[in-house]
Amino acid sequence: MQQIIFFFIRNKNFLLFAVLFTISVALTIQTHNYHNDKYISSANFITGGIYSFRNNITDYLNLGKENEQLLQENLMLRKKLDQFKEVVNVEKLDSTVLPNKFTYYTARVINNNYSKTKNQLTLDKGQSDSLKIDLGVISSKGIVGIVSDVSENYATVQSILNTESRVNAKHKNSGHFGSLKWDTKKPNVIQLVDIPRIAPLAKGDTIVTSGRSTIFPEGILIGTIKDFQLDKDNNYYYVNIDLFNDMTSLEHVYLIENKEAKEILELEKGVEDVEQ
Amino acid sequence: MSNSDIIINIVRFILLVFLQVLLLNNINLAGYINPYVYILFIVLYPLDGNKGLLIFLSFLLGLSIDIFEDSGGVHAAACAFIAYIRPVVLKYSFGVSYEYNSIKIKKADPMERLTYIASLVFMHHFVMFSLEIFSFKHILLLLKSTLFSGLFTIIVIVSTMILFNRQSS
Repeated sequence: MQQIIFFFIRNKNFLLFAVLFTISVALTIQTHNYHNDKYISSANFITGGIYSFRNNITDYLNLGKENEQLLQENLMLRKKLDQFKEVVNVEKLDSTVLPNKFTYYTARVINNNYSKTKNQLTLDKGQSDSLKIDLGVISSKGIVGIVSDVSENYATVQSILNTESRVNAKHKNSGHFGSLKWDTKKPNVIQLVDIPRIAPLAKGDTIVTSGRSTIFPEGILIGTIKDFQLDKDNNYYYVNIDLFNDMTSLEHVYLIENKEAKEILELEKGVEDVEQ
Repeated sequence: MSNSDIIINIVRFILLVFLQVLLLNNINLAGYINPYVYILFIVLYPLDGNKGLLIFLSFLLGLSIDIFEDSGGVHAAACAFIAYIRPVVLKYSFGVSYEYNSIKIKKADPMERLTYIASLVFMHHFVMFSLEIFSFKHILLLLKSTLFSGLFTIIVIVSTMILFNRQSS
């Protein structure tokens, strides 16, 4: 017994180190699982507060660029509205009774990283602004990521620049779809895999979200094809995509909630249960 | 450790965390190179200080950075590791003498000091990036990040030490 106690006293530093190291590795591995309940995340009162404080200062530096982006977006929306008006004039539709499946929220990015292999963003809104886990996040130019964790006033987003991210995407012209991955090399180039070889791809073609998941609606812009090659089995294309979005400078983002997501997921779950 | 040492270390801890998360994590030189200067706390921790306490404080230091960075526990693990290994590094960079007459890190021979800092920095970065990247497929990325971020960190740490040394003397 005495020996055991002596052993502990002699090696107390090593034991302390071993315990702490194990805890940190466990915390690390836990973050590799997509949106588990995390104990450690920047969506909390203190870090969120400090990040918003910093952003209140640094926001002013980007005002010019932000204005320009908003103007461009306004222009685009205005054009769309005009097209829509023409349709409405013919059919006399009342837009208030149109079924709108998606709800949009806005938020500000208070922390953004893109230099790691598993990148996260922090937003300045949370549960109290009715954000939830699994909402899609886009900017005016295209896709950004998926909400992975929310606290009372803040939310973290798993960026598409994260090796754990899988988003369904399709080739806009032909409709062939695959999934997005990131090879960690450049923050403006992302990879699309599992596109079948019969798809007629060409450089510069647009890639959009496929609308097959309950997270993103169909047709959210992602990027254009930079180059592509067949994978080693010669069955699928491996496509490099230039993102429309500049992931390194994000300020304001939109969040999309699919109001029917719950219904769809429940239905799909029911089907799985029957199959089992 | 005297009382003033304790206060200096507490202030240093807080300042370095803020400096790291508010400024240094946003440098992203060439897209991915950041200096991780906060380990200066472990580098400068008094040589006669309690070793167990250092391991625990380093873990807390790393964890604070992790909370801000959303990186799980990669910084905490790396910090706990170099805090544990620090006595060994001290021995081979300054020789056995450090145990008997307490050398001041700031006043040691520049080459010995550089060996000490560089060893700690590279070990820290290697553990941190391996945990963060966590796959053998990206081994090149791991080595590249360790090398470049490591060099950047060493440059910033050495210049900080020179700068603050001048002021105090």
